[in-house]
Amino acid sequence: MGQFTFPVEAGQIMLFARSVGDPNPVYHDARRASESEAAGIIAPPTFVQSSAQYDPDYPLRPHAGEPWFGSGREPTGVTEPVSGGGRLHAEQHFEYFRQVRPGDVLEVTTIPGDTWEKTGRRGGRLVFEEQVTEYRDAAGELVVRARGVSVRPEKPVEQGAN
Amino acid sequence: MALRGADVKVGEVREQVLVEDLTRTQIVQYAGASGDYNPLHTDGVYAHDAAGYPGVFAHGMLAMGMTARAVTDLVGDGRLTRYGVRFKSQIWPGDRLTARVVIAGLRDDDGVALVDLDVVTVNERGEEVIAGYATARVD
Repeated sequence: MGQFTFPVEAGQIMLFARSVGDPNPVYHDARRASESEAAGIIAPPTFVQSSAQYDPDYPLRPHAGEPWFGSGREPTGVTEPVSGGGRLHAEQHFEYFRQVRPGDVLEVTTIPGDTWEKTGRRGGRLVFEEQVTEYRDAAGELVVRARGVSVRPEKPVEQGAN
Repeated sequence: MALRGADVKVGEVREQVLVEDLTRTQIVQYAGASGDYNPLHTDGVYAHDAAGYPGVFAHGMLAMGMTARAVTDLVGDGRLTRYGVRFKSQIWPGDRLTARVVIAGLRDDDGVALVDLDVVTVNERGEEVIAGYATARVD
C-alpha cells in the first residue's frame, strides 16, 4: 500500500496535543521540555496518526477539484461510497521504539495485514481489515509500529466500533 | 516525573476525568490536527441526512489520544513502550469521559523495569468507549 515521508514539526505536535486536550508542556514548551526527563519536545503517544496529513492520497480529506462525500448543496457530494468513508475503527495498537521529536523525518510504510469475518449482532457479515504501518527514521531505524483494525458495519451503529 | 515501581501497587486504580462535556468544536479541532476530516465526525448534515446517524460523533482516535494523557500523566513523559485499545462504543458530543487506569502488573524485562496497565475510558452512563492496555518503563 502507501509509502510517504512525514516531516515532524513542533507546530504540528502542539496543535495535535491541544486537540486531544493535553496541556503537558513537554508537547509545546521548548524550554520546559528541555528541562524535563524528555530533554526536549516530544510527540504525544498517538501523534503519528497525523501522518495522514502527508499521505498524498488520503481519502478522508477533501482534495481540490475532486468531489467530496461531505455535504454542500446536498447532504453528500458523491453518489458512490468513498474508499474508507464508511469504515469504522475497531482497534488501534502502537509499539514505541523511541520518542518522536520535531525534526524527525519519518518514512511511513503501510501494508495490509489479516482480513477476517464475523457475524454481526444483526446477523449480517462484518469484514475486519488490518493494516500495519511502520514509521522509520532517516537512518532506517524503526521508531513506531502501528497496527489498526477497521470494520465495515452493516448499517449505522448505535453501539460498537468508532 | 517518572513513575517509581515502588510507589504503586498491583490492582491500584487511578481515575482521571478527560473531558466534562465533549464539544463538536473539539471533534473538529481533532479532525484538523489529525487530518481525518471524515464528515461522520465533522459534518452534521452528512452524518444525519446521508449516513443515518443521530449526528456527528467523535473519532475513536480522539478518545484514544485523550486517554493517553491519563497514561502519560501517571507514568511520565517518554516512558511508553506500547499502547493499544479496542473501540467499544461511540463517543458523542456532550459525553463526559473518564479514564480508569489500573496497575495490572510490574515486571522485569531483561533488566528493564516495566509496569503493565489496563486502560479503560467510560462515558457518563458507565459504558466503556475504549478499552485496552499500556506498558511503560518505570524507575
